[in-house]
Formats: sequence, structure tokens, C-alpha cells
Amino acid sequence: MTLRGPMLWGGSVIVLLLLIGLWQLGSNAGVIPQAFFPGPDRTFETLSDQFWSEEFWLAFSETIRRMFFGFVLASVLGVALGAALGSSPTLREYLEPTLELIRPLPASAVIPVFVLMLGLNERMVLAVIAFGSIWPALLGTVHGFKTVEPRLYEVSRILRLSRLEMIWKIALPNSLPDIFSGLRLALTVSLILAVVTEMLSGAEGLGHNIILAARSFRSADLFAGIVVLGAIGYVTNAVLERVERHVLRWRNS
Amino acid sequence: MRIPGKGLVFPLAVLLLWELAARSGYFTSTSLSYPSAILFAGWGLLVDGAMWKATRETFGAALGGMAIGAFFGMIVGIAFGLSRLLASLMRLSTESLRPVPSVALIPLALLIYGYGYRMEIVVVAFACFWPVMIVTEGAVRGIEPRLMEVARALKFPLVARVTKIILPAALPRVFVGLRLAASISLVVAVTVEITTNPIGLGYGLIVAQEGDRADRVFAFLIWIGFLGWLLNALLLRAQRRWFGKFGNWSEAAR
Repeated sequence: MTLRGPMLWGGSVIVLLLLIGLWQLGSNAGVIPQAFFPGPDRTFETLSDQFWSEEFWLAFSETIRRMFFGFVLASVLGVALGAALGSSPTLREYLEPTLELIRPLPASAVIPVFVLMLGLNERMVLAVIAFGSIWPALLGTVHGFKTVEPRLYEVSRILRLSRLEMIWKIALPNSLPDIFSGLRLALTVSLILAVVTEMLSGAEGLGHNIILAARSFRSADLFAGIVVLGAIGYVTNAVLERVERHVLRWRNS
Repeated sequence: MRIPGKGLVFPLAVLLLWELAARSGYFTSTSLSYPSAILFAGWGLLVDGAMWKATRETFGAALGGMAIGAFFGMIVGIAFGLSRLLASLMRLSTESLRPVPSVALIPLALLIYGYGYRMEIVVVAFACFWPVMIVTEGAVRGIEPRLMEVARALKFPLVARVTKIILPAALPRVFVGLRLAASISLVVAVTVEITTNPIGLGYGLIVAQEGDRADRVFAFLIWIGFLGWLLNALLLRAQRRWFGKFGNWSEAAR
């Protein structure tokens, strides 16, 4: 291989720009139907228009807020329950088979149940997001606790650590990589569920915006919405990775 | 999978308490139904064929989308796995598409195709493409280098190299990606049906909810959960059976 590092990176930027250029050319020449695919120029124009509109930022902040609170709720509950389950083999024997049955359930399929119980409102939205995102966090934590080096548990017994101390000082720090991979999945699920519940409930937000744009054939608005949602997915994931690297920095040193 | 007696205690206790609480009139609202009513509703839906029809529709869209997504995922994954240069040149482009949540494409698919199978298949295909692509890329890169040397020494053309050397060697790991894609396809198909598309199990759920039939909502939900569990269990078994005893070639080659 002759190319390396920065040159490859530059190359991949050029490839991306070329692809966007092709999209523009295809759109101008009418090969790509404008009614569905508005072309980069109109998409970016809409994006920059939105940047100055208050409505867009309101929808944006609503979606982020739902996603964030649902995710935080799910992480705290998921890790706490996961720690309880992971540190108690007895509890695991009773509950693990039930968890295995609930796990493959599509998170969006529980929406109708929550709608019946809570109605079409903000509480339902938060409950759905938290319920859907709790599983990856919980299962990641349980898996982490199960794979902690058994000798560490022996050490904690010799040191006569209480159960809480054992969890806090031994099990939790050693399970962090598994917990974080669970949390990354939970983050993705929380964004998906925020968008889905907005589409269904008509609550203000980006999910509601893009479905309205599609129904009224405003393809540029729709594309801009998809770009923004992709950006949210990318940035939130990058932030979580940053946090993970910061929290786990002691591991590599 | 072992199903120990202790594992049954918790779900049975929940069902029993739920039934008793409902019977004693503890719930005033109809919002929660109760286990025996749910069982009856589920039985009714199975007998009159509504559940089967919805299941066929959902599975048709899910499998169709998965087949398309996995096909392209494998092609791109093999190409990226064979050429590091190509993979790194395309990296930024793929990485800027990947974080787009598949549900964000539902309105676009709706705009292009309207309601029906096609829009659902497209969204499922997008969702299934990524795991298959990533796993295939890794699997191809992990192939024992000597196998590739053999292919080169025999002067295999590209197609023969892919079908005779690369695919068989990478299959055990690719299968893991396919299994992941299968469960994703079911989840995404149901999600598309819940949000927009009026077919299948997801739509059945929504109709039941709008008619305030909690018993049917739970019956659909439990059925969907059962199907997801069954699909995963079958594929896991197939994986162990077909690839288990070989060990994992590509993994072992490291």
C-alpha cells in the first residue's frame, strides 16, 4: 500500500464530495427525480433556512430532550437492576429466563400497550423510550458482572467487603466496557423510539416534522430532517465514546 | 436452552397476580385486560386466520428486505474486506450514512412508494445492510492468508475466488451477521407497520389499540415476542449445527 494516514483521509473526503457532486449532477439532469430526491443544493438550502427558524430549533430540542431523559432514565435503572441481577446468582436463576423472553421483543411494539395505559401524552413517550432502552443497558451490565475475573470476587471476600462495596469497588469498574457497549446500543434505541413516538403521537419534534413533510410532498424538508437525525445519531454516539474513553482511561495506563 | 423450574416462578406469579387483581375488580379501567382474556383473544385471532395473515405479511416484508440488504451488505463487505484502499477511501461516505436511524427513512420510503410491501422492504433492507456489511468486511479480512495465496497460485478469476475461497471461509462469521440482520428485520418491519404501513402484525397492534381492545393488543404483542424468540432460537441452532463443530476458521486463523 502506498497511501497512508492523512492522504487516505483526504481521499475519503474527496470520494464523499464526488458522490455529492454526482447526486447534484443526476438531480440537475433529471436522472434522479427531484420530487423524491431534492438534490444537495436544495437540501442544504433548506438546512440553512432551518438554522434561522425558531420552529426548527423547538422541534430539535424537543426530540433531543425526549431522547436524553429516556436514555438517562434507562441507563440509571438498567445499570442498577443489572448490578442487582449480576451480583446475585439466586436472583438470576429466577429472572434470567423471563429476561431472555422479553429481550427480542421489538421496542416499538410495546407502544400500543403504553398508549392504552397512559394515553397519547408526554409521559407515554418517556415511558416507551425508557422501557425500550433499558434492556441493552441491563443486559450489558449483567454480562459484565458475570465475566468479572472470579479471583477478584475471592479477593473481595477475603477483604470482607460488604456487597455494596464489592459492587462499587470491584464489579462495577471491571464491567464498564460491557456496560458502555450496552449504553451505546441504548442510545441508538432511544433516538429511534423518540422519532417513532413523535410520528405516532403527533408530539412536536423532528420525527413528526419528517412524516408531515412526506405527507405534503415537501421532499427538501424531509431530506433536511433525515440529515439532521443522522447528525444527531453521529454526534450523540461520538459524545458517548468520548465519555467512555475518559472513564476508562485508567485501563490502558 | 435450559428452562429451570425456578425460571418459571416469576412469570407465573406475575400472571396469577394479574389475573386475580383483574378478577377482584382492582383495575377500574379496561386498559390492562387480564391473562385469560388475552389467551382467549389470541386463540380467536389464530382461529379466524387474522393472526396468520398478519404474520405472513410481516414476514414477507421482513425476509424480502433482509435478503436485499444482506445481498448488498455482503457484496460491499467482500469488496471492502479485499481492498483496504477501497475501504478507507469509502470510509467517510459510509460512516456518514450509517448513523441515520432507519426509522428516519420511513417517510422517504412512503413518499416514493406509497403504502405497501415495497416501502417496508426498502427500510428493512437499509437496516439489515449495515450489520451484514460490517461483519462480512471483518470476516473477509480475517481469512487465513495462505488460502488467498492458494487462490492466487491457482490463478482463480475474481468470481471463482469469491465463490470458492472467500465465501466458504468467511461464512461462519458472516452467518452471525445474518442472524443479527434477521432479528433486526423483524423489529424494523413491525416498526414500519406501527408508524405508517397498514399491513401485518404492527398494523394489527395499532388497530387493536385504536379499538380499545387491550386483550388483542397483548395477544399481538406476545405473538410478536414469541416469533422473535423462535426466529432467534432456530438461527442459533442452525449456526451451532452447521458451523459449531468446525470451530470458527476465520477466527482461528488469527
